[in-house]
Amino acid sequence: MDLSVRTGVVAVAVPLLVVTVAACQSSTPSQSADTGVVSVASSDESCEVSAADAASGVVRFAVSNTGSQVTEFYVLGEDGLRVMGEAENIAPGLTRDLVVQLPPGSYQLACKPGMTGDGIRSDFAVNDSGVPMPTSDDDSAVIERATANYAAYVRDQSDQLLKDTKEFAAAYQAGDDDTARALYAPTRMHWERIEPVAESFGDLDPILDAREADLEPGQKWTGWHRIEKDLWPPRSGYQPLTQKQRDKLAEQLVTDTTTLADRTQDLTFTADQLGNGAKELLDEVATGKITGEEEAWSHTDLWDFQANLEGAQVMYAGVRPVVADRNPKLAATLDEEFANIQSALDRHRRGDGFVLYPDLTPKQIRELATSVDALGEPLSALTVTVLQGR
Amino acid sequence: MREPAEEGTARTGLSRRALLGVFGAGAATAAGIGAAGVALAREAGEAPAGDRRFDFFGAHQAGITTPMQNNLYFAAVDVTTDSREDLIDLLRQWTEAAAAMTQGREIDALGALGGSYDAAPEDTGEALGLPASGLTVTIGFGPTLFGDQRGRDRFGIAADRPPGLRELPHFPSDMTDPAISGGDLCIQTCADDAQVAVHAVRNLIRIGFGRTTVRWSQAGFGKSSVTSPDDATPRNLFGFKDGTANITGDPADTDRFLWVAPTDDPAWMAGGTYLAVRKIRMTIETWDRTSLREQEAVFGRSKREGSPLSGGGEFDTPDFTMAGSDGQPLIAADSHMALAHPSANDGQRILRRAYNYTDGSDGLGRLDAGLFFLAFQRDLDKQFIPLQMRLSKSDLMNEYVRYLSSSVFAVPPGVQPGGYWGQSLFDL
Repeated sequence: MDLSVRTGVVAVAVPLLVVTVAACQSSTPSQSADTGVVSVASSDESCEVSAADAASGVVRFAVSNTGSQVTEFYVLGEDGLRVMGEAENIAPGLTRDLVVQLPPGSYQLACKPGMTGDGIRSDFAVNDSGVPMPTSDDDSAVIERATANYAAYVRDQSDQLLKDTKEFAAAYQAGDDDTARALYAPTRMHWERIEPVAESFGDLDPILDAREADLEPGQKWTGWHRIEKDLWPPRSGYQPLTQKQRDKLAEQLVTDTTTLADRTQDLTFTADQLGNGAKELLDEVATGKITGEEEAWSHTDLWDFQANLEGAQVMYAGVRPVVADRNPKLAATLDEEFANIQSALDRHRRGDGFVLYPDLTPKQIRELATSVDALGEPLSALTVTVLQGR
Repeated sequence: MREPAEEGTARTGLSRRALLGVFGAGAATAAGIGAAGVALAREAGEAPAGDRRFDFFGAHQAGITTPMQNNLYFAAVDVTTDSREDLIDLLRQWTEAAAAMTQGREIDALGALGGSYDAAPEDTGEALGLPASGLTVTIGFGPTLFGDQRGRDRFGIAADRPPGLRELPHFPSDMTDPAISGGDLCIQTCADDAQVAVHAVRNLIRIGFGRTTVRWSQAGFGKSSVTSPDDATPRNLFGFKDGTANITGDPADTDRFLWVAPTDDPAWMAGGTYLAVRKIRMTIETWDRTSLREQEAVFGRSKREGSPLSGGGEFDTPDFTMAGSDGQPLIAADSHMALAHPSANDGQRILRRAYNYTDGSDGLGRLDAGLFFLAFQRDLDKQFIPLQMRLSKSDLMNEYVRYLSSSVFAVPPGVQPGGYWGQSLFDL
């Protein structure tokens, strides 16, 4: 018991290091180029840096705000313009670490108390440690293309979602429950593929995708899962919805989905959104789908699982060239785990779809959960790999 | 705040540690009361580390403002008898046993080894040789004690039910399991040694057989709150300091936010308080894959110092308006701290007595762990319920937690020597 307590306490002191160490190791597996910590004290009037130079490779800055205003810290190229790395929003009294990959050369460091102006600058030299640096010249072009492609993907999925939702809603309104049940899961896959984007609209997510357990007292239950319960009602104690209630729910679903589709037309994305989005999709699988909670009535959780996975795969594929360049080992791991999880899921295909969640044995669920963790863990390193050395 | 009891507090039974002394000396058959004098003399000497004791008797029950011990065992029981006399008798026996155990004694003069060789020992004995270990035992009355689900008033106390003692409402995102919620009575034991905490519950449950049945129980390790200003804020299993703005032992705070006043309704609860219990599973694996940036954003605090993201030290007042480079507040409005802070809750504060728990691993190989949340307050309707409603609606942390159980208990006032738990209710 005592051991557990200590483990719990010790573990918490480590994460700050874990983040930085993981970053170093993942990007430069063959070297230990962490040249130690350069500490920076940023006050309202000064920017004191503990060293004027460092060896090339991974350089870690521990930035403390000793002033009274919110500050930022930048590592800039020799031109004083190109941002190699930044730590923003450091409130007075706080310390934040910034880890950057720096090739040999001349740099400028800047503290920016109050977050405005050019900041308080000093020169910083990075000497050649002999460690080869990952190339990054083409990375920005890759990322630009990846984010543009992803925006197109989101538009396409939300358009398809709207089209299929209209068919689903029509069948449900017409009382053609068999057709509605058949359309339910495939239609929702469009939503699940872009779930982090759809969820980012705080007003639409609850009215389209709320589950019964999530409701607030007094909140009206609308959206997919309300209709789901009506199409797959509990055996006893359930009052089927009237035609009027059906009409209202179906029309609302189409209206809200139209709003979603409209809003996604002009969205733009950044590299970190791609990395984080892929991870969030796996989190969705880990928390809701693998436990069978998402589709409590239809039990079509594996359709959602597949769609979340596809969405994550798209995000990863866009930035994969950057990952392969900077951290080949991570890319290889992710390729392998994406393939593993897909084959684990493929074993449960039936016809055009999948088996229902209650038909899975505990052993099969566990196998799926294991592959989710095996992919989710390395996937959490995606964002930092894509952002590093920006 | 309670101080450890003075040495020389009246003892009637045989001290567990004294007993060890006797056996340590090789007098394996001399465990009679006659040996106690020698043993007590030994005990008057220096107490070994960990032998702290808290007063059992007082205006309030121990185990509430008592500086938090590192281990918890919590049990909820249902009363199976319909007899008021049996219930009172049970509470009397529990009181006696708890008073003895908290002072490091066995529950009966005969104890684990001094009774008939052919009888089961009175004390279960697993705490033999262990010091008092700061044990506190605290009990509470659930709403169902005052009227069961069919509304039967089994003990003639329905009219004295505190108006604020009702089952907690369903909060958004609750996935509570009735099998680990509620209970007619609850027993909270806290101790520096986990075995001492379990021993205390085990003996009370044993005393209760025939009159009570265990509904559910929970072990907790690693305190995740402080109830004393002298203690540093511990970390929860997310690795964060939390609950910093809640009350500790300051009498001005406890009179206002914790203890039921004689003018409150009902009068028999004066000096008591109300306990909300929530078992909160943490999705540890998902959290561990989350960037430090998001982790800090969820809490609104820095992980390193526990400081508000608006800066300063852990206990500095957060500035919810201080903006970052994007013009948005550094502490997100739906961060855990922003929603839980007294400034967002009409200045209301609670006494938080939460413990970390692990129940091993679930069938998917994931750590079955989280926070066993215990909060004491004077008025649930003004304090816990609106606070939890606010958190359940919009807390960024909801993505990483599940609420598995939900219970509420009226914690009666403290006991005077010769009295028993709940006497003010039954003597009415």
